[in-house]
Amino acid sequence: MFYREAGQYKTTYQADMSVFPILQDRIGLALIIVAALVLPLVAGEFMIASVMVPFLILALAAIGLNILTGYTGLVSLGTGAFMGVGAYACYKLSTTFPAINILVWIVASGFVSCAVGVLFGLPSLRIKGFYLAVATLAAQFFLQWCFVRVPWLYNYNPSGAIEVPSRTLFGIHVTGASATPTTRYYVALAIVIAVTWIVSNLVHGRVGRSFMAVRDMDIAAQLIGIRLLRTKLLAFAVSSFITGVAGAMMVFLWLGAAEPDAFNINQSFILLFMVIIGGLGSLIGSFFGAALIYVLPIIVRATPETFGLTIGAATVEHLTYLITGALIIFFLIVEPLGLARLWQIGKQKLRVWPFPY
Amino acid sequence: MSFVYSIFVDPFVQMIGAPDLLVQTLWEGLVGGVLYALIALGFVLIFKASGVFNFAQGIMMVFAALTLVGLHEKGVPAFLALALTILVMFALALAVERVILRPLVNQPDIILFMATFGLTYVLIGLGELVFGGNPKNMITSELLLPSGSLDFKTLGGLVSLQKIDIAAAIIASLMVAVLALFFQKTRIGRALRAVADDHQAALSVGISLDQIWVIVWFTAGLVALATGIMWGARSNVSFALEIIALKALPVLILGGLTSVPGAIVGGLIIGIGEKLGEFYWGPLVGGGIESWLAYFIALAVLLFRPQGLFGEKIIERI
Amino acid sequence: MTNLKASLLALAATTALTAFAFPAQAEDSVFVPLFTYRTGPFAGSGIFIADGMHDYLTMLNERDGGIGGVKIAVEECETGYDTKKGLECYEAVKPKNPVMVNPWSTGITLPLIPRAAVDKIPILSMAYGLSASAQGDTFPWIFNPPDTYWDGFSQILKFIGGQEGGLDKLKGKKIGYIYLDAGFGREPLPLIEQLAKDYGFEAKLYPVAAAEMQNQSAQWLNVRRDRPDYMVMYGWGAMQPTAIKEAVKTNYPMDKFISIWWPSEDDARGAGDGAKGFKMLNWHGSTPDFPVIKDVQKYVVDAGKSQSPKEKVGTTLYNRGVYNSMLIAEAIRTAQQVTGKKVVTGEDVRRGLEDLNIDAARLKALGMEGFTGPIKLSCSDHNGHRPTFVQQWDGTKYVKVSDWIEPLSDKVKPLLQADAKAYAEKNAPWPARTEACDARS
Repeated sequence: MFYREAGQYKTTYQADMSVFPILQDRIGLALIIVAALVLPLVAGEFMIASVMVPFLILALAAIGLNILTGYTGLVSLGTGAFMGVGAYACYKLSTTFPAINILVWIVASGFVSCAVGVLFGLPSLRIKGFYLAVATLAAQFFLQWCFVRVPWLYNYNPSGAIEVPSRTLFGIHVTGASATPTTRYYVALAIVIAVTWIVSNLVHGRVGRSFMAVRDMDIAAQLIGIRLLRTKLLAFAVSSFITGVAGAMMVFLWLGAAEPDAFNINQSFILLFMVIIGGLGSLIGSFFGAALIYVLPIIVRATPETFGLTIGAATVEHLTYLITGALIIFFLIVEPLGLARLWQIGKQKLRVWPFPY
Repeated sequence: MSFVYSIFVDPFVQMIGAPDLLVQTLWEGLVGGVLYALIALGFVLIFKASGVFNFAQGIMMVFAALTLVGLHEKGVPAFLALALTILVMFALALAVERVILRPLVNQPDIILFMATFGLTYVLIGLGELVFGGNPKNMITSELLLPSGSLDFKTLGGLVSLQKIDIAAAIIASLMVAVLALFFQKTRIGRALRAVADDHQAALSVGISLDQIWVIVWFTAGLVALATGIMWGARSNVSFALEIIALKALPVLILGGLTSVPGAIVGGLIIGIGEKLGEFYWGPLVGGGIESWLAYFIALAVLLFRPQGLFGEKIIERI
Repeated sequence: MTNLKASLLALAATTALTAFAFPAQAEDSVFVPLFTYRTGPFAGSGIFIADGMHDYLTMLNERDGGIGGVKIAVEECETGYDTKKGLECYEAVKPKNPVMVNPWSTGITLPLIPRAAVDKIPILSMAYGLSASAQGDTFPWIFNPPDTYWDGFSQILKFIGGQEGGLDKLKGKKIGYIYLDAGFGREPLPLIEQLAKDYGFEAKLYPVAAAEMQNQSAQWLNVRRDRPDYMVMYGWGAMQPTAIKEAVKTNYPMDKFISIWWPSEDDARGAGDGAKGFKMLNWHGSTPDFPVIKDVQKYVVDAGKSQSPKEKVGTTLYNRGVYNSMLIAEAIRTAQQVTGKKVVTGEDVRRGLEDLNIDAARLKALGMEGFTGPIKLSCSDHNGHRPTFVQQWDGTKYVKVSDWIEPLSDKVKPLLQADAKAYAEKNAPWPARTEACDARS
């Protein structure tokens, strides 16, 4: 009843082909963005610093992986390492040229990660499916080893860790200890909105369709004239760029310091799971997946205290694992195509509400 | 020039110069390879029969070992604890089939893979809740597994073979032989292979998918138990073991995801290759290359044979 | 349809618990969060520490009614030794005004170091963390008594020298260093290089990746090939029992295997009889035969308020946790004396830590006579650089086999100063110290 297209006429082809053709969709999107902008005014510091900032960064990384795995069908288990490449590149660039704006370096580190991603994407021309995942695992472990063994990367720090220098933007601290969570949140939000907008245009356009063609059946795609080499490498490039930027943001806007362990295989797996459970091939799915896998355990951990129960911290941790695992299985059984599909079904039901179909 | 020398000549000089160390390295590689192969075997079993890549195989290994040791700690005699653990693994197989596999019949592989990830989380939480997080020692002597070592003073030095490693190798070979026979010769084995090819076709000829899956997950659980006992005897039983299971992936690549002998051969190649590489070439780059060498070996093989050494040839049709 | 409804309900339920403000701390108590790990690959070491820390503070509450009449509110936050979870714990406890933070992981300590001054919460990284944070002038909010990792290595070297008949006899010897290939294991590397140059020994390095902790056969094969005269280990968690087992397997002479202060009894016990002779550094007792441990047993363990199994009370890492909590309690008490307040804040406890002076008389009053030695911190020295001793595994327990060994301060202090300066430069602009010095020291 509320969510109908009846009465909305499209008078140009351009309007007809728009990504959000229904007015209510656009209003909803605007509301979400306004809510995101207003959030620091109502939420506590823990919510901003430990829930929203990591959520945004992980959602961005999940978008990057979704392009590779969801849209192009190339399973990658090396995402953690590519995030690390972005982070270390940003660190080296920022410490070598401290005067230049940190945002420039965060974006530039994406290009470094892009180059490394293309290099490790070369085997994808010969190897397919699950086997490619193992090739990306080689990237993951090799790059992690490099982060430890190449002292130049962490400026010869004896601790082997990279520490984020304090950087300002228009006079306000955005990185380092003096940066308030609100500032970091806004910077992260700005970058995520910008990248999501660009990626949305990408996947709705010719490039995105070529990715999906390769995913569905790459031989057929080749037959209709899509150059496999270029398309697959482009997918790796775009994906690694985004995950590199996310990695730089993770260290500079969230953690503040990082050891190579922050980009280990667990990080790669967690991102893959976010993408799968959120919905392969869906941008909003990346956000849902990040929310479920990252935010849910925090909520579960905070629940006993909010209700005044005293359970040992370790027991809470065990229960969190149990509940998260059970919920993952539950959501998969209910909707194997991921949370994004549930969202789609929900929207579809709303469009014909109060009629059943 | 000395760079080329140090990569291509010096390691072989070292190998010949200290042959006892070479044999020791080969033995360690063999043992490591056998243990990786055992983990890979669990993956192969489940993949062969249900098409599911069981991410939870590593944690099943830890869970089985923890159950065994945990029961023994509570005072249950060793072999009774072993029997009870086998029962627990059977119950787990039943639960997995009922809760995860039945509702997700014929879903794409990646969804089932994700479901096994959920299973991993559940097992981690459950294992830690019931047995506690502190590491435990494997009850090797109570299970009548040998300890100590056989030392041979040969080749100008000492070659020391741990008895538990010899036992592991023998047990692994026995398991592989039994499983290979099981798949080839028995009716249930044929049913398993049919289910691996196509679930719906198997259903249409009257094979009970539920029963097959329970059998397969139970067998994989038994393999996980054996693996857990062997790995636990080498170090100790804790959740850190689960990370080792990742090493089974290059083994699966080499051996092909559906071949039982392939898992063994792949395991041996990876195990020996990794140890030799780390020992003779590792110090040149600062050590620690064991973490990625196996994957590069697998990658190199894949570039020449995209289906692995023993895998079924990938035929793509439009 | 029912599936969709069910899933939507589940989604709604799981998102209903968001944006909660956390309840403020009850009045008249001092909040001490404990960052512990009872799960994960390092739980083998973490569980004992957690129990020791928790039980000592609970004992003070039960026996004395707290510190200076103010109860201690103890809360554990599970980090699993993971940096991201550790930071989440930090953000979660910040609103409750903790008086100090004990991260128990170098990986978690490093990101917190710049935040400590901004959030005004001191960090007590006892015998771990960033070694350079011993320099109080550069790091006014970070404390790492009683020794840094560099002091520790110099003490091990001194012990080895003592075995060989003098530090000059080390010339030409091989000393192997097996370490966790992470921050804390890599930290002593510059010192090892320096000392190898100064004393003429050859250092052989054997890194162990955290993912390969339980698979160390390659490293110990290398040890067998190189045959170092002594082996030094900097490990933690699951790395330690595996290393000891592998050392026994390759027949490395156990009495030449010395570790920094992190192994527990279980780590050595798992390797069986062959582990006899294994040595490690320590600075406190590793048995329950001290009045303070007996009090903990009486008031906490026997009263059922402890998570620790009875036989683990009084073991090395349990007592380590007790020592850590003793430092926390004494810092709070000193803060109360210095400021005259009962309910102290983070800034007060920072002063309390800087003015910390636990002498022999105080140790006796604490029930720790013979348990450990005196310690005194100052505005510029946030460490103390205390001596340690070597204890040896005899098959059932650790036995002290050496006297107190002082660190090689003339080698270590210049390196600490240089590293602190380099840290401040790399992280410029690093705030200069503005906190006043109480000049009690």
